[in-house]
Amino acid sequence: MPGYFNEMYQDDAVRRPYRQLEDWMRAMPDAFRSLKQAEAEALFRRIGITFAVYGEGGDPDRLIPFDMFPRVFAQDEWRKLDRGVKQRARALNAFLVDIYGRGEIVRAGKVPGRLIYQNAAYEKAVAGFTPPRGVYSHIVGIDIVRTGADDFFVLEDNCRTPSGVSYMLENREIMMRMFPALFRENRIEPVDQYPQILRRTLASVAPQKCDRDPVIVILTPGHFNSAYYEHSFLADLMGIELVEGQDLFVEGEYVYMRTTEGPRKVDVIYRRIDDAYIDPLCFRPDSMLGIPGLMDVYRSGGVTIASAPGAGVADDKAVYTFVPDMIRFYLGEEPILQNVHTWQCGKADDLQYVLEHLAELVVKEVHGSGGYGMLVGPKSTKAEVAAFGLRVKADPGNYIAQPTLALSTTPTFVAEGIAPRHVDLRPYCLVGERVELVPGGLTRVALTEGSLVVNSSQGGGVKDTWVLAE
Amino acid sequence: MLSRTADNLYWIARYLERAETMARLLEVGSRIALLPSTGEGYRSEWESLLQASGTAIGFARKYGEPVQRNIESYLFFDQDNPSSVASCIVGARENGRIVRTALTTQVWDALNTVFQELRGLQRTERRELDLSRLTEWTMRHTAMLRGAIDATLLRNDGYDFLNLGYYLERADNTARLMDVKYYVLLPQVDFVGSGRDNYQWTTLLRAMSAHRAFHWAYGGEVTAGKIAHFLILNPQCPRSLLTSIAGAQTHLARLSLQYGRGTPALQHADALQAHLQTQSVDTVFEEGLHEFLTRFIHEVAVLGGQVHTAYLSGDIR
Repeated sequence: MPGYFNEMYQDDAVRRPYRQLEDWMRAMPDAFRSLKQAEAEALFRRIGITFAVYGEGGDPDRLIPFDMFPRVFAQDEWRKLDRGVKQRARALNAFLVDIYGRGEIVRAGKVPGRLIYQNAAYEKAVAGFTPPRGVYSHIVGIDIVRTGADDFFVLEDNCRTPSGVSYMLENREIMMRMFPALFRENRIEPVDQYPQILRRTLASVAPQKCDRDPVIVILTPGHFNSAYYEHSFLADLMGIELVEGQDLFVEGEYVYMRTTEGPRKVDVIYRRIDDAYIDPLCFRPDSMLGIPGLMDVYRSGGVTIASAPGAGVADDKAVYTFVPDMIRFYLGEEPILQNVHTWQCGKADDLQYVLEHLAELVVKEVHGSGGYGMLVGPKSTKAEVAAFGLRVKADPGNYIAQPTLALSTTPTFVAEGIAPRHVDLRPYCLVGERVELVPGGLTRVALTEGSLVVNSSQGGGVKDTWVLAE
Repeated sequence: MLSRTADNLYWIARYLERAETMARLLEVGSRIALLPSTGEGYRSEWESLLQASGTAIGFARKYGEPVQRNIESYLFFDQDNPSSVASCIVGARENGRIVRTALTTQVWDALNTVFQELRGLQRTERRELDLSRLTEWTMRHTAMLRGAIDATLLRNDGYDFLNLGYYLERADNTARLMDVKYYVLLPQVDFVGSGRDNYQWTTLLRAMSAHRAFHWAYGGEVTAGKIAHFLILNPQCPRSLLTSIAGAQTHLARLSLQYGRGTPALQHADALQAHLQTQSVDTVFEEGLHEFLTRFIHEVAVLGGQVHTAYLSGDIR
């Protein structure tokens, strides 16, 4: 496949980080491989790592396809990613503190105020309030693609509640169970400390009013949510309660959970539900998932909500284009990771360019996610491109466009044997008293030949992601 | 522990016990129906079964006439019937999925397996499934779950809530199974003490997998008095009303100790247990078996409500 960076082979030579895997791959007979693949699937089912899809018929418990061929980073490659991701997470949080405070970046003319203050994700309800330690986004998931040996681009930032970290942990667990020898031969940095670091991060942002070991909970929309497994998995690994809105109530200046021994005060809520649903008195009045009065407690410093309400404005696809400016403005540093060039269809010049080059571009809805509502120009038919063009023209402000990136490939087990497939990477950066990143992340792989869409809802799979020790 | 978690655990157990009872009821019904018909033919036996399981109204609305095959479908497969074996298994598994982290791998495995196999049964042609296979299947799986719970679960408050669910459901269900006998016999009072009467009692014992145990415990002739004693008052019988109430009392007492506070539920369980201990077969028959059982089922429902208020609703302060 010319034009794509293959992470394992360069000019027919095996790149250094993949050297051990070359032997492993060659020594594996086909029969053994399918046996192992079946074993992996059975393990996933058994442990119950499924995501639930209701309302489509069939078995509600689906598996995300797991590819056994690991994706590998050398230590020096990772060091750059590590610094770049942390830098970005710091800048995004500084930005959030600023725009809910004095708005210096707007006054300085770096970011248009309209983009922020008229943004649907901007929560007026928290303007003027600074959360503990000035952290809005405690878990920042940054989607990164690679196009060359040294070329990494950030595709988007996820400042609200990025999901998928349970796959990072379970993929590793399953690889270690199935191929222990691989882990003896390669010196692979561990990732299983993630839940402890997450817990420590959440504890470090407990409200000032909390004068004891903070009680932390995960707030889930409930067991019908597709990510419910992840919620219960993380709660279990951190040893904290997994609660639904109905389990919490507000009394006086605090939030309590209903337990068999009576009410128990809660200090930190790691919520996995959207802003709009967390408090029917403050946001959507029809929400059955939320806790009436929660926002009052939050604003008076009785409880910490992670990520903080209002954090979503920082991962807006239109705000994304200004992240490099944020890094320079708040940190006085040059961005380590590059942004992908982005055309704002809301701007007349950009719109014209986009409409003329639709067939070469990737066009996305500003608030879309999950690989829905997007156009991959080079992979679409003329009719699809034309139809999408009409949608963009009808509501230009709702779309952005980016060049179609030549996503790197890694070897992947497919029906015919081993073949290169496109991948991306999502590391999970934790921001609290400290900014921390476990060496690894979630690698998503587009299993369909030639496909550039890695979302699990669109036929994507996952891989274990290795960072080699020095 | 979260009240909702306790509630989920409690209902896992209640559903499993109920699934087992439904299977046992079907077994009783099919055996009684093998007898030459009493006055109204097969109908009265099956009617009584629906009455005792509290599903008569729902069945009548959906099917009308009690035909054996329909009753089997309704009590085993029909998910419109909230008490059918299938509904109970799906309910138990869904409750289990919610609190998965409070269960061991073995318990989850067992729960998941029975669910997957149920899916298989639902896809199988009905004529390939005879009733005894279905009831045996149900009892085998509920026993496996019970075993996994006893062998692997931490003895903490979660274990107590599971057991409370089991014992309360069992107390209710044993009383209901005995009541089937009442409904069957009602139009034929002169049968009491006849050979036919004893055959029906024996069937009841069989359905509780207790007919051998009964003979070991009592020996000699099967009489209504002995059986009533066995199923109501004998602390050795694992399904007797006394055993069930004593079990619930034990776990309520453990909870009170762990949490450092007593509850009306515990007081009520104490009182019920004491009351049963003062009863004899004569006092039960004097009151009337049906009247006694109706009163008992009501008391158990009250106790269930008290458990809910004290622990599961999350409303206590």
